[in-house]
Amino acid sequence: MSTSPPKSSTRPRRVALFVTCLVDLFRPSVGFAAVKLLEDAGCTVDVPPLQVCCGQPAYNTGDRATTRAIAAQVIDAFEGYDAVVAPSGSCGGMLSHHYPGLFDDDPAMKARAENLAGRSYELIAFLVDVLGVDKVAARYDGAVTYHDSCSGLRELGVKEQPRDLLGSVQGLTLREMKTPEVCCGFGGTFCVKYPEISNAMVGEKSADIASTEADTLLAGDLGCLMNMAGKLQREGSTVRVRHVAEVLAGMGDQPAIGEPERS
Amino acid sequence: MESTAHAFKANVGHALADPNLQDSLAKLKVGFSERRRQAAERLPEFEALRDRARDIKNHTLAHLDFYLEEFERKVIGLGGHVHWAPTAADARRIIAELCQSVNARTVAKSKSMVAEEIALNEHLEALGIAPIETDLGEYIIQLRNEPPSHIIAPAVHLTKDQVADTFLEHHAKLGFDKRLTERNDLVAEARYVLRQKFLDADVGLTGANFLVAETGSSMLVTNEGNADLSNTLPRMHIVLASIEKVIPTLEDAAVLLRVLARSATGQESSAYTTLNTGPKRREDLDGPEQYHVVLLDNGRSSVLGTEMQDILRCIRCGACMNHCPVYGAVGGHAYGWVYPGPMGAVLTPQLVGVEEASNLPNASTFCGRCESVCPVRIPLPKLMRHWREREFEKHLTPKAVRQGLAMWSFAARRPALYRRLTAMANRVLALFGRADGRYRALPLASGWTRFRDFPAPQPGGTFHARWAKRKS
Repeated sequence: MSTSPPKSSTRPRRVALFVTCLVDLFRPSVGFAAVKLLEDAGCTVDVPPLQVCCGQPAYNTGDRATTRAIAAQVIDAFEGYDAVVAPSGSCGGMLSHHYPGLFDDDPAMKARAENLAGRSYELIAFLVDVLGVDKVAARYDGAVTYHDSCSGLRELGVKEQPRDLLGSVQGLTLREMKTPEVCCGFGGTFCVKYPEISNAMVGEKSADIASTEADTLLAGDLGCLMNMAGKLQREGSTVRVRHVAEVLAGMGDQPAIGEPERS
Repeated sequence: MESTAHAFKANVGHALADPNLQDSLAKLKVGFSERRRQAAERLPEFEALRDRARDIKNHTLAHLDFYLEEFERKVIGLGGHVHWAPTAADARRIIAELCQSVNARTVAKSKSMVAEEIALNEHLEALGIAPIETDLGEYIIQLRNEPPSHIIAPAVHLTKDQVADTFLEHHAKLGFDKRLTERNDLVAEARYVLRQKFLDADVGLTGANFLVAETGSSMLVTNEGNADLSNTLPRMHIVLASIEKVIPTLEDAAVLLRVLARSATGQESSAYTTLNTGPKRREDLDGPEQYHVVLLDNGRSSVLGTEMQDILRCIRCGACMNHCPVYGAVGGHAYGWVYPGPMGAVLTPQLVGVEEASNLPNASTFCGRCESVCPVRIPLPKLMRHWREREFEKHLTPKAVRQGLAMWSFAARRPALYRRLTAMANRVLALFGRADGRYRALPLASGWTRFRDFPAPQPGGTFHARWAKRKS
């Protein structure tokens, strides 16, 4: 794989990967794909060992005290890096958009949270908008459709960046859904607290995916991907589901989400 | 109306199993959002107007007492009356007394969500005064004895066939005994039936989209013109409006009108925009002899100055529910009270109590689509999260959720322990899921596996375990 030359000589070099809980536990290949894309773009990638979770489960349940404690832990763990990059718009948005508001009554912590927020990014937006990557040298033979995950799209403005990079993947054609911007119904704990509503939402999403006749579904957030993969597979669909970073990093030949290892 | 917000989960079950409702929602989801998108695109300054609309409402809320008193002074100067109603009961009593003062037998009502909020119709009926809904959608649901399911399209949950059956059932005794199938014929029949009711009404009652402080006017937008008949034909016109409807000037109204219709229905403006400024003057040929404005607080003033204040900017366009995937899945009745969708999920706990409505702010994925279309930029997900925080503080969060969260956060705050636990979970889930790559059922995750397979982890350990190996 090759990338285009850097646009600026002052771009961040020392990048910390925020792995995210789901990638860590369920799909490490997304983390390695992220590392590859960042290293190919000229970054030195570190994975701070004290990172755990961004705190969203507590934040969205209304447990502000726990959220603050976890945020403080994340702020400590990622001190000193030029950039913090997550293969997720949801976790990336938590760091860059929600942390500062947790410390309104603590100016010192607020300043540190704002400092972290200012150097936190979603992976694909970081590659395109900050590093100036405009193509990858990967190959993926198939018709893909791309789901815009909510936080990445509406909090971070991730929309064209993944499509631009997918456009440079050999053998890949993109087929848009009618409503790629409508939520898939995952919503973190929402999908188990309100399973019937979540199911209605992901059912609509899977129908939209099917109508594109694409053979592969991509997105930038593993939570949404697991939700949609689970629904498609329950319905007997043959659509394969992958994280966009895997395809961009040329790692699109391994078993898809929810598929067994090939023997 | 009586709240069933506490029964949200049961309401959802009924809604998802109702094929007529699901048919209607399928149309709503595509129609409203597409029309709004086109209307916004046709107006280059639309985003800038949203900022101005937000600023106008913020300014007004910061000086609400001043503008309300200014409005009152103007209305009195015009020969009208202003009645302050701290609670729903006060508003009901004031309106009933006004109706009784002219021996009213019927009240022609133009659509008003605040009237729903104070359960006005039930109250008037109990006193022997017949409220007649004149908005077509409201008229349909009044015949069916149902509450509205949407703040601007109250009968949006019904199909045309259901309306045809309802009209046949209720209009046959008036001589209309043919079941109609064409939309236009249904509208014509309703218009004919309603026209006589307008002429017979003793009192006209309307809501207000805006109250203009500088002129003392109440402003109404409709697409049917029914409000204009409600407020010009009867002898008494009563405007029922909540306190946050006041705005400073007509200039401000012009800005808000430009975002209102576009956000609501995708129209450039609604078919009728009417200003009522006091009772009939000596030289006027028609109009009401008495003009009353009932200003309802019902808990709103207690929101001022709190983290929830932004919800008082709401201009009731319905865009948040039109774009909400949860509303789109279950419709308005599931929310259990007057205001559905994201704005309802924020407002209802305030008005009926968070204990009663605790589910509503939780039934959101925080997808943010509501905020992205709100004409006055209300941060609806943030306000819903504030409700979750209050529920957590009050120990209203379900016990299972609290316990799960407590266990998770114990581990999440201890990275070394968390690593060991995730490594174990990864090994177990990967091992037993190896053959299929996924689970069709999983203990403790039935909410997921009832409808979806659960992907097994990739074999080979967690990312952190593998990364540590790569580094060594």
